[in-house]
Amino acid sequence: MTDFNTNDTMVEMFLFETAQLLEQLEQVILSSDMNNYYSEENINEVFRIMHTIKGSSAMMMYNEISVLSHAIEDLFFYLREENPEQNFCSSLNDLILDCVDFIKVELEKIRNHDDVDGDATNLVNKIKDFLSELKKNSGSNVSNEHYEVEKVNLFKAVIFFEEGCEMENIRAYSVIHNLKKVASKVIYYPQNILDDDGSVEVIRREGFKIHLKTDKTKDEVYNHLMDTVFLRELEFAEIDEETFSEGFDKEVFDYSSSEISLQDANYEEENNNQEGNILHKPDENVKDSQEEEKLHTDMRKINLEEEKKQPNAENHNVMPTQNIISVSVAKLDKLMDLVGELVIAEAMVLQNPDLEGLELDNFQKSARQLSKITDEIQDMVMSVRMIPLSATFQRMNRIVRDMCRKLNKEIQLEIKGEETEVDKNIIERITDPLMHLVRNAVDHGIETADERQLKGKPKHGTITLEAKNVSSDVHIIVRDDGRGLDKNKILRKARQNGLITMDEADMSDSEIYKLVLLPGFSTNENVTEFSGRGVGMDVVAKNIESIGGSISIQSEENKGTQMTLKIPLTLAIIDGMNLKVGKSTFTIPTITIKESFRTNKESIIVDPDGNEMIMVRGECYPIIRLNEFFKVETDVTDISDGIITMVSQDGNAICVFADRLLGQQQVVVKSLPEYIKRFKHIKGIAGCTLLGDGSISLILDIASLIHIK
Amino acid sequence: MTDIEINVMEEEDTQKGRYLIFSIDSESYGIEIQYVTEIIGIQTITEVPELPDYIKGITNLRGKIIPVMDVRLRFRKEAKEYNDRTCIIVIDIMGMSVGLIVDGVTEVVTITDISQLPQMNQRNQNRYVKNIGKIGNEVRLLLDCEKLLTDEDIDNLNEVM
Repeated sequence: MTDFNTNDTMVEMFLFETAQLLEQLEQVILSSDMNNYYSEENINEVFRIMHTIKGSSAMMMYNEISVLSHAIEDLFFYLREENPEQNFCSSLNDLILDCVDFIKVELEKIRNHDDVDGDATNLVNKIKDFLSELKKNSGSNVSNEHYEVEKVNLFKAVIFFEEGCEMENIRAYSVIHNLKKVASKVIYYPQNILDDDGSVEVIRREGFKIHLKTDKTKDEVYNHLMDTVFLRELEFAEIDEETFSEGFDKEVFDYSSSEISLQDANYEEENNNQEGNILHKPDENVKDSQEEEKLHTDMRKINLEEEKKQPNAENHNVMPTQNIISVSVAKLDKLMDLVGELVIAEAMVLQNPDLEGLELDNFQKSARQLSKITDEIQDMVMSVRMIPLSATFQRMNRIVRDMCRKLNKEIQLEIKGEETEVDKNIIERITDPLMHLVRNAVDHGIETADERQLKGKPKHGTITLEAKNVSSDVHIIVRDDGRGLDKNKILRKARQNGLITMDEADMSDSEIYKLVLLPGFSTNENVTEFSGRGVGMDVVAKNIESIGGSISIQSEENKGTQMTLKIPLTLAIIDGMNLKVGKSTFTIPTITIKESFRTNKESIIVDPDGNEMIMVRGECYPIIRLNEFFKVETDVTDISDGIITMVSQDGNAICVFADRLLGQQQVVVKSLPEYIKRFKHIKGIAGCTLLGDGSISLILDIASLIHIK
Repeated sequence: MTDIEINVMEEEDTQKGRYLIFSIDSESYGIEIQYVTEIIGIQTITEVPELPDYIKGITNLRGKIIPVMDVRLRFRKEAKEYNDRTCIIVIDIMGMSVGLIVDGVTEVVTITDISQLPQMNQRNQNRYVKNIGKIGNEVRLLLDCEKLLTDEDIDNLNEVM
């Protein structure tokens, strides 16, 4: 989303917003799908989303999208108003998801500056058919009539409130509000009941006059009006069309001919905002509806934020202000570099040699303040680029659902660690590979329900999507409890395609599984719609490698398969402990650290090869002296002068010997420069980071250090 | 629009044939100015293990981490202590930024009189020097930046031996 032309900010904004709305819409539909029921909240949500998309796409002249969203809006309007029996849920979901896909395709075209030529007529017709089907089936034709039949019964009422009841205008307003439920059209006098305090007098003197159009009988309406609180007197009569349309020559508002006014009314109510002019005639004023559009857009943004914080919370009562902006990543990069410069400049000023030996109390005080602020800026800038994986993971829900329906499988998707934060660039580049792995798991991994029952497994397959920070990597794990990989089948296939380069007998399990990642390999004989074209896994592997990651595969027959993507966290923020060795600084990811301690010569065990080990609580751990390992000059060579840090990963632990600990801080992991990486992969170094004073620290790759020992 | 194009053209024009001259010992070398992004004083350099000795390590150039190469060592000359005349020339080539540590930077000149290197018998010699530029009677050795960065095969061979 960052790379399209920034000139066209309107289009950009439209794409951004609509994409977000669609994502939200998908979530709503999927959650309804899970419950097989549309709650009132969800219906409102869909309605609102489609309403916003309709408005903004119409404004941008994308007619097909607008027509389509209008159709969906109509459908959900019906659902909301009529609340019919919900036995249609899954077919409706399919239909709406199809529409979502259509809009997505169109958005993609807009983004690529292609012609927006999609034809939604088919979908629109489908929705209309669906709607009329619903209406037919719901058996509530009578109550529907006022949506289709304009003229039914016309009445006139004059209401007098009890004297001294006060606030007649508010009471009158609530009468109108209540009438909405029974009447399709209401006109009344005095009109400005809420704005104009003078209306109170008029109502006291002349009564509150109402003309209404409804499908209810005279008695029903009469009873309804009689329920009014503090009612003193009610004049009630039937009138003819002419009298009705003459009205009081005042403001007319119409509930049935357009949803916009209703939507507007509800929306305002939710804000507890009893403005007098809330009920305006639809299509009367284009500007109004545009403003409303904007209001909705803003509302959505707030809702978005709110939902992130408290997914289940009601979030209607938020005042509309804009508090999310989108910024191009290039600008953030620039900002980050500038902050780096700022920090260095700060250090240059504060540690300026000219200041040496001077007693400057006030200067020091201000300097501390400055350092505090620059620190905060640095933290802030670093965290801005990071976004949680949750959106990416949530997308997989949709894929699993769609495929389950097509393939007739029952699969549950479990998501763990979605709050793990990864740099935006990386998220963009792992989405496709991840999608592929999930598809593979659904398609090839999980067996059909019958097959599973035969094997004595639960009918529901489970796919787990997990993310976690593991030292310098983010691990993303796709695990299924399906049939697992068939080693013989893989070998046979690899042999056929001439992919085997070493002795088969010598190959370890993981080496065999790795064959799957080679180009031109696909184990599934039946190519399906979703996967199995033989171009899959090697592309995944290539994509992951291109960002410096790797894939490992574990599998057990009939137990399942686990694919682990190790994604480097270039730019990902980790908590690190800085160690000093000679003049060099090294950083260890804090998560790997078990403990730090001092020791003495006596507790060190040396084997005949000169390898040092230490006994801690009855366990023996190898020691790596960083100065020797990285050939750094240091004065601290006596084991009792330095400090030992025990680090562990994947259940293995080693001890690292350094001169001293510098302290803990959040660091942004940067990869080593391209030029250096071209020489060789440096063992034991995962990357580097900038320290607060602008100097560079090397980040230790704990996993590879353990491996070396 | 056209103004910008003209500017770009002019810029290219002004860069053509212009060389940044730096010195190592008594020799003067030139590199094409189009590769040079900036010249900075000597910085704090963080050593990176397992690299050839002429790669001194990495340094922080305003938040960007760049490798630095000591050109003296690259040319197999004796190492020399850095002083305040020592410079790092930051070049941008093949999408990479690399810092070159040199004894000092002297000038930027336009060199038009460029001749081929005389054929030498000894192998391996002058493999980073592309051409010879002449300014009056003086000679400047014009470097091949790409080779400076990529020509590692022979080094690796030597390491093995």
